[in-house]
Amino acid sequence: MDKSAIISKFEPQKDNMLNILHELQNSNPQNFLTTEDLKLVANYLNTTYSSVYGVVKYYSMFSVEPRGKYLIRICKSPLCNMVGDKSVLNDIKENIGIGIGETTDDLMFSVEASECLGHCAEAPVMMINEGVYKNLDSKKIKDIFQNIKLNHKNTD
Amino acid sequence: MVSEKKIALRNAEKYNPIKIDEYIKLGGYKNAQKALKMNPVDIVDLVIDARLRGRGGAGFSAGQKKKYTSEAICDRCIQKYIICNADEGEPGTFKDRVIMEQDPHILLEGMIIGAHAIGATKGFIYVRGEYTDSIYILGIAIEQAKQKGFLGKNIFNSGFDFDIELKLGAGSYLCGEELTLLESLEGKRGYPRIKPPFPAEKGLFGMPTLINNVETFAHIPYIIEYGADHYRTMGTENSPGTKIFTISGDVNKPGYYEVAMGTTLRELVYELAGGIKNNKKFKAAVLGGAAGTFVDETVLDTQMGFDTLKEKGAVLGSGAIMVMSEDRSIFDMTHSILKFFKHESCGKCVPCRIGTAQLMQLMKQTKENGTDRKVLLDQLLSEAEYMAKTSLCPLGQSPIMPIKSLKQYFENQF
Repeated sequence: MDKSAIISKFEPQKDNMLNILHELQNSNPQNFLTTEDLKLVANYLNTTYSSVYGVVKYYSMFSVEPRGKYLIRICKSPLCNMVGDKSVLNDIKENIGIGIGETTDDLMFSVEASECLGHCAEAPVMMINEGVYKNLDSKKIKDIFQNIKLNHKNTD
Repeated sequence: MVSEKKIALRNAEKYNPIKIDEYIKLGGYKNAQKALKMNPVDIVDLVIDARLRGRGGAGFSAGQKKKYTSEAICDRCIQKYIICNADEGEPGTFKDRVIMEQDPHILLEGMIIGAHAIGATKGFIYVRGEYTDSIYILGIAIEQAKQKGFLGKNIFNSGFDFDIELKLGAGSYLCGEELTLLESLEGKRGYPRIKPPFPAEKGLFGMPTLINNVETFAHIPYIIEYGADHYRTMGTENSPGTKIFTISGDVNKPGYYEVAMGTTLRELVYELAGGIKNNKKFKAAVLGGAAGTFVDETVLDTQMGFDTLKEKGAVLGSGAIMVMSEDRSIFDMTHSILKFFKHESCGKCVPCRIGTAQLMQLMKQTKENGTDRKVLLDQLLSEAEYMAKTSLCPLGQSPIMPIKSLKQYFENQF
């Protein structure tokens, strides 16, 4: 969908700022907001570019840098940390070769740390884009990434 | 054997959350209709009489909060707002997610009743961006309620207009604090406001605003249906009703359990959650999340309630119970909790920005140099005390809670 079309779905009120930014970011296959996006939003909400930029930089779910098609958020809450320790991180690194804050060269995957994702009874957990993956162990993580890579190959 | 008692979760798993007709068949929205025929003042009095306390963590009287907002007078008030705080980010807590995913309509119904009570015509649900399932389900629920005429103009043909909009957070723990939530809703960075003024007086866009937690709203229809006297028969004198506890960590059956307030920690951990994994010994539980407290086995037989726990130097908070077996390290847990605060500090006020970093620095130094941990604990305590006294918002005032409880319960095992 065209970016202006996404923005104009919302009323031009400041309280729609985060909702608009979310939709714009989700519409980008690389999961990030471009300078052009921020300018469009600033213009639409009758505010400055810098204030939109300030908002985007404050919230950890937004990015102004391109990210992988699959955005992985690892829960680093005290509980997941206790149950999962470093094993989840290591397993992910083994499968896709990157750690927290990194993106693969082919722009397929990005890994980020997230605070409590609210699935503590099924710790350790992670999210990949919209989906939540629970009770992670080495085998499960391997399967998850194998499936993603397979799906990707088939749709290419 | 303690059994579950359900108010907030009474319809959970009994209907398909994306089908409003199934909720109506269960008797849904009849309490909203009943309430819309009541005098708003009577609803406020009913909630005060039920002594419902906010389930978000602070435990403030939900009725009083309604009263302040309903009585708020200001010069240029165009409208009042009602906001549901669904920015559940406290580590170990997922009760609001369960309500939203399984019974979104009880939340909408509670908000309709609340809106009528205070005279708000516009409502918002501020849900955290990571809760994708909740966002999806609430979106459908709101749409269906609008189609039925339960939201929008002249709802239930009562002459009362009320609409709800869904607003998404974007990964900030601090935005769960009610004044910061307002800033975020206004499309700004999530920096806390100085209070007073309280939201009841000057909230969203400067208008009187009522902010309640998801679980608090979910109790309102029940109180309308059965009355305050019946509500008070459950729970304890000062904390009536039920509470959802989310139990995680080293237990056999981690999950969510809604029980009457006053259920003991032992009943929750050993009966409902099936005891400690692999027959290990209970070492500690962290109650109320990161902004909560550590307790040891001497608290197992304490009734879970806002005041009963306070007497033990602990907090009920959001109802999170993170259980640690004998194999776990209190030091490591403290490390993750303090790391969490450092990451989530917004940086607006100096005591919290520097303080949270300082606390982590102290932990790091001890790990590297092997300083005496009793000395460390005293250092942490004095730092946290100074933060509690000088920080602007509850985040900087929170690290004192786990640290103080460590001093009380785990000075020798730290």
